[in-house]
Amino acid sequence: MKEVIHTPVQHVEEEEYNINMGPQHPSTHGVLRLLVTLQGEIVAKLQPHCGYIHRGIEKMCEKDTYPQLIHLTDRMDYLSAHINNHAICLLVEDALQIEVPERVKYIRTIIDELTRIQSHQLWWSSFGMDLGGLTCFFYGLRDREKILDIFEESCGSRLLHSYYTPGGLMWDIHPNFQKSVKDFIKYFRKKIKDYERILSGNVIFRERSRGIGVLTKEDAISYGITGPSGRASGFSCDVRKHYPYAMYDKVQFKEVLHTEGDTLQRYLARMEEMYESMKIIEQLIDNIPEGDHQVKMKAVLKLPAGEYYQRVESARGHLGVYCISDGNKTPYRMKFRSPSFVNLSVLDHISRNTKIADLVAIGASLDLVIPDIDR
Amino acid sequence: MDIDKLKEKVIALVPEAELEENKQFLTFYIPAAKAHEFALRLRNDEDLAFDYLFCLTGVDMPKFLTVVYHLTSTRHDHSIVIKVKTENRETPVVDTVCDIWRTAEFLEREVYDLLGIRFSNHPDMRRIFLDESWVGYPLRKDYTDEVNIIEL
Repeated sequence: MKEVIHTPVQHVEEEEYNINMGPQHPSTHGVLRLLVTLQGEIVAKLQPHCGYIHRGIEKMCEKDTYPQLIHLTDRMDYLSAHINNHAICLLVEDALQIEVPERVKYIRTIIDELTRIQSHQLWWSSFGMDLGGLTCFFYGLRDREKILDIFEESCGSRLLHSYYTPGGLMWDIHPNFQKSVKDFIKYFRKKIKDYERILSGNVIFRERSRGIGVLTKEDAISYGITGPSGRASGFSCDVRKHYPYAMYDKVQFKEVLHTEGDTLQRYLARMEEMYESMKIIEQLIDNIPEGDHQVKMKAVLKLPAGEYYQRVESARGHLGVYCISDGNKTPYRMKFRSPSFVNLSVLDHISRNTKIADLVAIGASLDLVIPDIDR
Repeated sequence: MDIDKLKEKVIALVPEAELEENKQFLTFYIPAAKAHEFALRLRNDEDLAFDYLFCLTGVDMPKFLTVVYHLTSTRHDHSIVIKVKTENRETPVVDTVCDIWRTAEFLEREVYDLLGIRFSNHPDMRRIFLDESWVGYPLRKDYTDEVNIIEL
């Protein structure tokens, strides 16, 4: 019989080492570089390096008139392009004290919610893909295509629409709009059950995402984490509820709040938001009043000198626009408080002492859009 | 809390605060030397409890630089704006508030990057978007760049 030789376990000195996730990495969903300091496979520290696609949108805004700079806001968070446009339109309309027709408010609310659904669909797709479920990606993109078709029909564009203008809409909705939206809701109510079956009800997925990346309510407020990520921690921050605009004070919907604040709850919060968005659309779609789609505006818009702050609820959270006007046709200073940039700041805090594989799941659950970080 | 009560309360708490009239939010200028101390008071006071800094930015007014803080209280649902002014354009320094509101860490780095206002006691005062070798601060009104900015 052969003698078993016990080799003493070699003591490896514990050293920290750095690896780069990104700028090109499938799980960063764009050009974001995370400099991760590891101890073994435990994340000890994480430093985001941004700016790979910094275009200086705030600086460009200082040279553009208000109708022109709407086109730049599309390019920040391209997944909630309509909602970004909405922020600028509300800002200009509030400053000039223009009341837009009811019809415009209805259409804007419906399209904002469609935008939220398609953004969450893409997030769901890539979240599943990051965790190794490629089916999610195909399912999500297949259904998202239906919304993009509706946008194409009415707005003439699929991604960067610039459909809202100060005082209304670029043009009226397509005659098929109501029918297409109703068809989509009917279709998606069936398909979202598949989503629930693939991920929400999947034991492997639930165990994988439960308890990692826990963010407490106090930290969520201190870090300013808004949107579904903040609400999963119990931070009631829905701009649609707290500072209603368009039709949000007249429709019934629930602000999705969870308390645990881990990756699974952030996932569930977004899933429930899709149901709430469909509920909002269903309340409005049959009642769109007749009327104009655009108020008659002056050829050159000059905001009275002063400071303005406008916030809207984009698919990622609180999007704020802070504008200082000196009475000219271009803003003196324009600041976008973008939700992705602020949400990124918490990634270091919640991913410390987790495994590097969990970092992918945590990053995906925050739903970052890189052009919105860099601007 | 309604706006008049809020105004009285803030002035009682921060006597040096200077009110700026006719703004969307209640707006105060506070002296730069005591910015950190006052910010801490605004957060810790039970009746004010400004625990959520939802926007931090810098502005280059023609004569001075300002840092603008938009604050709200999640408990009482009221908001104010505080501004800190610095007339030094060469080496402007303002106290950091990122130990009070953690969100300020990145937002202050952005202000430093684009406007050149340094925040003392900040744990990681580096540029965030632009390269470390970049010369100048693009959001300053006197910034010029013949190569990268195209005038139409």
